[in-house]
Amino acid sequence: MSVDTALDRKETNDAPTAGPAGIGRRSTGSRIMLVLYVAVLAVLAVIFLYPFVWLLSASFKTRANVFDNKLIPNPATFANYIQVWHVAPLLRWLGNSGLVGVLAAGTVTFSSAVVAFGFAYFRFRAKNTMFGLVLASMMLPTMVTMIPVFLIWKNLGFVGTRVPLWGSNIFGSAFYIFMLRQFFLGIPRELFEAARVDGCSYFGLFWRIAAPLSRPALIIVFVFEFQASWDDLLRPLIYLGNNVNLYTVPLGLNSLYVQFNPIAGGNGDFQYIVTAALLATIPMIVIFLAGQRYFVEGIATQGHKG
Amino acid sequence: MSVINRGSTGSKQRTPAAARVRPQYDARETRAAFAFISPWIIGFLVFTAGPMIWSLVLSFTNYNLVDTPKNVGFKNYRRMFDDPRVHTALGNTFLYAVMFVPLAIAVALALAMLLNRLTSGAGFFRTAFYLPVMTPAVAVAVLFSLLLNGDYGLINKALALVGIQGPQWLTDPHWIKPSIVLMGLWGLGAAVVIFLAALKNVPKDLYEAAAIDGASGWRRFRSITVPMISPAIFFQVIVLTIAALQMFDKVYVLFGNPGSATYAGNASLFYSMYLFQEAFQALRMGYASALAWLLFVIIMVITLIQVKVGNRIVYYEGDRR
Repeated sequence: MSVDTALDRKETNDAPTAGPAGIGRRSTGSRIMLVLYVAVLAVLAVIFLYPFVWLLSASFKTRANVFDNKLIPNPATFANYIQVWHVAPLLRWLGNSGLVGVLAAGTVTFSSAVVAFGFAYFRFRAKNTMFGLVLASMMLPTMVTMIPVFLIWKNLGFVGTRVPLWGSNIFGSAFYIFMLRQFFLGIPRELFEAARVDGCSYFGLFWRIAAPLSRPALIIVFVFEFQASWDDLLRPLIYLGNNVNLYTVPLGLNSLYVQFNPIAGGNGDFQYIVTAALLATIPMIVIFLAGQRYFVEGIATQGHKG
Repeated sequence: MSVINRGSTGSKQRTPAAARVRPQYDARETRAAFAFISPWIIGFLVFTAGPMIWSLVLSFTNYNLVDTPKNVGFKNYRRMFDDPRVHTALGNTFLYAVMFVPLAIAVALALAMLLNRLTSGAGFFRTAFYLPVMTPAVAVAVLFSLLLNGDYGLINKALALVGIQGPQWLTDPHWIKPSIVLMGLWGLGAAVVIFLAALKNVPKDLYEAAAIDGASGWRRFRSITVPMISPAIFFQVIVLTIAALQMFDKVYVLFGNPGSATYAGNASLFYSMYLFQEAFQALRMGYASALAWLLFVIIMVITLIQVKVGNRIVYYEGDRR
């Protein structure tokens, strides 16, 4: 409920925003300026989008023409899209990334929500100290704990499996705990008190009231973490070793790049690199376009990692 | 934003009541609360606090994963200060951060201000600027390694059209950091969205009052826009700096793979990559732990300085100072 209304209000707010340029009145001067802004933005949008267009176009080019920088492939070929699956276990990599992403996002969303509810609803000693620790651990660089965390997974016998890529998410993540707590605090407390009077358990308050009312926020957390997991190179690099069948998309794409890049001794089959890079990106673009308002709202309210 | 506001009023209503009615904490409620936050407590102990201490202990040892760790005192730290690769890596990483962060803030702010002027269609441009953020870092590195190719790359072809001879972006040691900066700038859409949201929250009447007083556009920018969105800028500076100092994935793809590691020489050695190589390729876990602690201290110190400076400059609404 709450974010829905917040989103709607935001959209309606957007409409009459003339900005500082056109304060109230709409002179010809400000209209000319508006055209100028749109023109500048259009040029910038082309610059930002052209790499995608280049990639899409190159994926339909033959081996010799990948670098010709022409907009329309000539001759155009569909062969790369047929061959790339045989050149490398790309489908497997996409599947691995999808599986790891769902596990990472699912566990972190559930656990972070449970912990966030603990911080939002209850009154207990040391609450502020504990929450301060949550905020502090948000700032901690992952590089510092990387080696001992590796040793933990090694001692548990999970190095060489996909478990370390999502396992620690079972315990929630500081950034999402912070974000969801803010959201839960926005739910009127009377709802919980009324449910308590009706005999609802504490977990029931979370599961039947807080969680359903916070669906937009939970979706934001899920898609953020899914994207972060899909993007991650460091952990697959550390934990998956040489088992190509366990590779996720970033690690697989990197190995393709090494395999075909002449600098690293490859034979220069750049058409496969280009096609694989595009196929690695498309799921994320689809997710963004489908859940755009969640992304924008999530980033705008909380700030994103960078 | 409205979500947060509602949150704070919610807790305000609660606090006085809690103080009067319940001077003491309910034991049952406390037990339930700890049950709810227990996942985080366990995770914090096992994956954050524990590893921090362990990593500090390891930094005083030599450990290669096979033999038991051998205590060597401060040797790793002394070695670190004499290691020329540490100096190179730190220099490269700082240079990159100093180039990237101010440029990213300026470009993102400019884009957000342009978007803020639009009466319609801002959604389309916002999507255009945000799609690169969704692109996996490895794909960005791969794509730009082709676009930035000194001989056939699109960017040098485009520069040639206007009569500029483009550099060998990824092999000329002087152009490696600018190349990585360029890749980073392509993906600054998140900062644009944050700045745009902050700009939308600047009260319009401030601009109206300034216009009546005859303030110029630059003056309005400097005296209204920048102070009003300074918390967002401040936050972005901190986040982008921390990320820049840990830059890893794009650099690894382009320069860190065994076989392609050396062709750009020392200019491509970033700190996190050196740390990774020492830990997981050379298996010097003790030395790498010392490197990790140095990075931690550097990031802490830089963040603290930024917070101290920021608190003097940043304008918080409702601040009583």
